Amino acid sequence: MKRLIQIFKILELAAVIAIILVFIFPFVWMLSTSLKSIPETLIFPPKWIPDNFMWENFVQAWSSGPFLRYFFNSVLVSISILLLQFLTMVPAAYAFARYNFRGKKFLFGITITALMIPPQITFLPVYLQMSAWGTLDSYVPLILPYAASAFGIFLLRQSFMQVPEEIIEAARLDYASEWQIMWKVLVPMARPVLVTFGLFSFIYHWNDYFWPLVMTNSDAFRTLPIGIAMLKDAEGGVAWNTVMAGNMILVLPILVVFFFAQRQIIKAFVYSGIK
Amino acid sequence: MSLWYKLRPYVMTVPAITVFILFFIYPIFYMIYLSFTSWNLISPVKKFVGWGNYVELLSSREFQQVIANTITYTFLTVLLTLIIALVLALWLNRKGFIYSFAQGAIFSPYIISLVSVALLWLWIMDPQYGLLNWVLKIFGLSPCPWLTHTDTALISLVIVGVWKTVGYNTLVFIAGLQNIPRDLYEAAELDEAGRWKTFYKITLPMLSPTVFFLLVVNIIASFQVFDTVQIMTQGGPVNATNMLVFYIYQYGFDFFKIGYASAAGVFLLIIVGIMTVFHFIFLSKRVHYR
Repeated sequence: MKRLIQIFKILELAAVIAIILVFIFPFVWMLSTSLKSIPETLIFPPKWIPDNFMWENFVQAWSSGPFLRYFFNSVLVSISILLLQFLTMVPAAYAFARYNFRGKKFLFGITITALMIPPQITFLPVYLQMSAWGTLDSYVPLILPYAASAFGIFLLRQSFMQVPEEIIEAARLDYASEWQIMWKVLVPMARPVLVTFGLFSFIYHWNDYFWPLVMTNSDAFRTLPIGIAMLKDAEGGVAWNTVMAGNMILVLPILVVFFFAQRQIIKAFVYSGIK
Repeated sequence: MSLWYKLRPYVMTVPAITVFILFFIYPIFYMIYLSFTSWNLISPVKKFVGWGNYVELLSSREFQQVIANTITYTFLTVLLTLIIALVLALWLNRKGFIYSFAQGAIFSPYIISLVSVALLWLWIMDPQYGLLNWVLKIFGLSPCPWLTHTDTALISLVIVGVWKTVGYNTLVFIAGLQNIPRDLYEAAELDEAGRWKTFYKITLPMLSPTVFFLLVVNIIASFQVFDTVQIMTQGGPVNATNMLVFYIYQYGFDFFKIGYASAAGVFLLIIVGIMTVFHFIFLSKRVHYR
């Protein structure tokens, strides 16, 4: 009996490792391909460790387009969105959580409606709007539609509502204005929610392909995911080693962040969705 | 009360509300309006055509196939994701390094760009030199054409979709499992209830809000599949993987039939709207039956 349990335990461990491999192997394969020469990518059965590590694939991928520009655009767009969202969500969440005013329900209803409408529905009319405004090929369509986050307001409002009235009353005695209470008392108290939301927002917009694909027509405003996806369309067929090298450039920052802030990131994506 | 006191809440909410109205609410109405017109982007006039676009849409063979593809994709992706995630959650919800590592590993595809996932799997599913056919060969199976054949292309996209999202679902299930009060299990143990009985008398009913939440969220997300279609198949071969959002994109930006594309957009809006109503029912009621 004891033996049977032991065998079962080993089998179970093997199964867990098999599951892990299903999710890790593709990344290893990506790394391995990114270091191969082209003939080595065309060997079947495949070779896992290339004879020579072709680091020049990364240079090749990076220099096959204005990747510095794409990278800069990605950083600029993600960071600008995050800052604007932060600036718009704190006062809005404070008003929804702490004030009573006419039309509050209606305005909060608009927020919730915005929360439920995905970009996959609005992209065509927003594109036409931007075209009418003459702002199509610029940072405006990439940043402005995301300058406020309904999801962020929703999360932060809940967190602000949980703060006891006494703390605010005490703060009113110490501080001059509501403005100061908001930024100096409530915002620091809501730090975990803000970090959670910040990670969520940054990762979402860093990864986003759909919206920049629709809204940009020129290299000057394209972001990294668009650039990487275009590597596939190189002349003379797909060079998988270059494509995977480019892919590594896109994935690595996120995986490194994930490695160090795993708990935070999982919390950001999983728990914020349920609450 | 000074005027400022009265105005303050509006000043504080107006930046966010302006963004929501300009880029979420108004575009919806604009799209509905456009769906009743015929317009090619260039012409200065938008011709009013009444229900014309809708009639054309619903009688189009191509659109029927697109809807069938989208429903098939959604059904398979959601079903497989939820079943696999539930099994993984029940299994991996334990303490120990290997289990938390496994949780992190299955979650990792969820946070990387769909572009990366799509490119990676395009290569993995390469019929000649891909990793997947090599694995099939090891197990003595014949190679599969994956994305290049009408019979297997859609299911290939389902595999990619499941691989990407199963980790998220698993961790949500695990969070749900950890919220079930321990004493319920202790009571079941006292009553000498078997494992299976404990599962479907306690675990499953207590998990029902989580199941419902994931069902709604996954259906909404799967219905909007785009990135994998655009990068991996372009809707092909012969429309076998063309799905709703890609169809709207094509008609809007490749064929410049704005009215027609808008009508298809309204179709998506209705479906997402219905699912959202379910979502609200969930939020207000929290389907529980203890």
